[in-house]
Amino acid sequence: MRVVILGVGNILLTDEGVGVHAVNELTARYDLPDEVEVIDGGTSGMDCLDQVSDADWLVIADSMRAKKEPGTITRLTGDEIPAFFKTKISPHQVGISDMLGTLNFHGLMPRNIVLLGVEPKSFATAMELSPDIAAVLPKVVDMLVAELVAIGVPPKPKAA
Amino acid sequence: MSKRITIDPITRIEGHLRIDVEVDGGKVTKAWSSGQMWRGVELILLGRDPRDAWAITQRICGVCTTVHAITSVRAVENALNLEIPVNAQFIRNMIISAHAIHDHIVHFYHLSALDWVDVVSALKADPLKTAQLAESLSDWPLNNKHVMTQTLEKLKSFVGTGQLGPFTNGYWGHPAMKLSPEVNLLAVAHYLQALDAQRHANKIVTLLGSKSPHIQNVAVGGVSNPIATDSQSVLTIERLLKLKMHMDALGDFIRKVYLVDIAAIGAFYADWTKYGAGITNYLSCPDFPMDSKGTQFLVPGGHIPNGDMAKFKPITAFGDAYLRDGVEESVKHSWYNYSKPGPLHPYKGETVPNYTDFQDDGKYSWLKAPTFYGERAQVGPLASVLAGVASGHQPTINYATKVLDTASSLLGSKIPLAALHSTIGRHAARAVRAGVMQEVMVQNWQALIDNIAKGDTKSFNKPVFPKGEIMGYGFHEAPRGLLSHWTVIKDGKIANYQCVVPSTWNAGPRDENDKIGPYEASLMDNPIADAELPLEVLRTVHSFDPCLACAVHVVEDNKEVVQVKAL
Repeated sequence: MRVVILGVGNILLTDEGVGVHAVNELTARYDLPDEVEVIDGGTSGMDCLDQVSDADWLVIADSMRAKKEPGTITRLTGDEIPAFFKTKISPHQVGISDMLGTLNFHGLMPRNIVLLGVEPKSFATAMELSPDIAAVLPKVVDMLVAELVAIGVPPKPKAA
Repeated sequence: MSKRITIDPITRIEGHLRIDVEVDGGKVTKAWSSGQMWRGVELILLGRDPRDAWAITQRICGVCTTVHAITSVRAVENALNLEIPVNAQFIRNMIISAHAIHDHIVHFYHLSALDWVDVVSALKADPLKTAQLAESLSDWPLNNKHVMTQTLEKLKSFVGTGQLGPFTNGYWGHPAMKLSPEVNLLAVAHYLQALDAQRHANKIVTLLGSKSPHIQNVAVGGVSNPIATDSQSVLTIERLLKLKMHMDALGDFIRKVYLVDIAAIGAFYADWTKYGAGITNYLSCPDFPMDSKGTQFLVPGGHIPNGDMAKFKPITAFGDAYLRDGVEESVKHSWYNYSKPGPLHPYKGETVPNYTDFQDDGKYSWLKAPTFYGERAQVGPLASVLAGVASGHQPTINYATKVLDTASSLLGSKIPLAALHSTIGRHAARAVRAGVMQEVMVQNWQALIDNIAKGDTKSFNKPVFPKGEIMGYGFHEAPRGLLSHWTVIKDGKIANYQCVVPSTWNAGPRDENDKIGPYEASLMDNPIADAELPLEVLRTVHSFDPCLACAVHVVEDNKEVVQVKAL
């Protein structure tokens, strides 16, 4: 089994980078089983094609504007995601949506996809999260861990 | 009666680009190109350690990651007057050529081919005829009827599910779509195969850069790849041989598929050699340095004033004064304020935002408007290819001749070099450059092996930052053209940093003298068959491989994928 955890976003724009911060925090706090590959996808889309293609599970952490309270975490799975990307705008125009669309056409779509989207508060130019979003980061990491547990590849907390 | 069309954002590109055109009598009479997102990376860098700038600047954008890393270390090395070991040059050269080839293949097949290829029409193709056509053009092994039949089946089942996926936003059945069902099917087959091809390029970047996206191996002073032929964890002979395998596979795809497809599209859309020239003042820089100082390059670059090849003036070395002293940026039509009137040189550049809303005759873009000795310039693979031809660079001439000859024989009449000054010409130039860079990559691979064999395994020179103020700039002929980073360093900390990126050159708004930029100029007189479906605008804009280096990566849930407003 191959599980890919993909954090995407621009870490130069405050909360835009929450997905990257989340996966970095995950690897800082946990040792992950061999089946799990964590990718800091940064601002990239098509460059991740290879690593994502044909995975059994793809778990994406990203910022997501759904007009909810900042810090709200939305969990989307399976068909909800292509539909979401297909009918709605994403400035990931050559990012996640194109990546998934391309994989779909090639028959290399990951078999299971989960998207954890965090409603951002600020896109100011800075490399740190806004305090509101920094406060929910541990929760995002916990949710990533919960996904891994549910998939059957639980991570181990690192010794303090 | 003129009609205003706004396209916001232009689909299938990175970042936010808005294009407005006025259409009168079936063609474009006015155009505005607007960057809709502010890039504030320059402010983040102030006060930081110059040795960290590359890691931060490569996060600017989702497509041009590696190029900012390379250009940043070149800028800091130029400020320090620091030479780097040739091994580091060779390794960087392989990374940037692989990255650029990746970009070109993905751009053509996955992001812009659908402006020319009608996927739905391909459903009507005869796979046998498609294979006959394909095999008459190239001896690529995957052009046979078996592959074409499979592709058709795949396409049928895909369209049957109603999941058009990446093809959702295509302009199927548009009157400007001209290819036969067979050529469309062939293009779809190669679209699929291109995914495998780009993988080879990505593997090269990953093997050398340790990580993709966002390479980890560059450093001010060289690269951090330790070289030892007998150790497991570093750049070993085994890894080097693996690299070569990927390079050869890429070479096959570029020569037997990409260049041929471009020639075919060029022949079938020969009309498009008449549109989209725009600004023919071309600027490029040399790249792929083979010495430690950056004075000998494998591919030339320079300035071609107003398309006059005889007046080509080369740029010759890192730190070149002709390039250094010619660049200025205006913000008269950009959402910034300068502390004094007139354009500014990047060393004196300022980044103070002043958003006003979209004003047709005033400020309307987050991009600045760069000029070279007061004139707008077009950058990109076309500028580089023309510089290669003008300076007698044989590999460039060979590939350019091959594309033009193939297209001419398909069309049945001679297509001259001048046809490259066009929308379709920019695509052709990109393929030519991909061919050239594949050769460059192999040359650097050989140079690295030969140098290691001589016993030289050095890959890093330690930078030392002096007290006081120094400044420097780095250039790189990136996939979208000339990229430069400019930095002022005071007591070892960044005091100013400006990135003048290719899309700023090409997509910038009107300048200090209210002259339009390359995107805007290239759109003038483009025919528009249907103002509600302005496919022709997309064709010309996409031919630049637009990428606004800002890349906001949020998911939004309340807009159409492309908002086309025809007023």
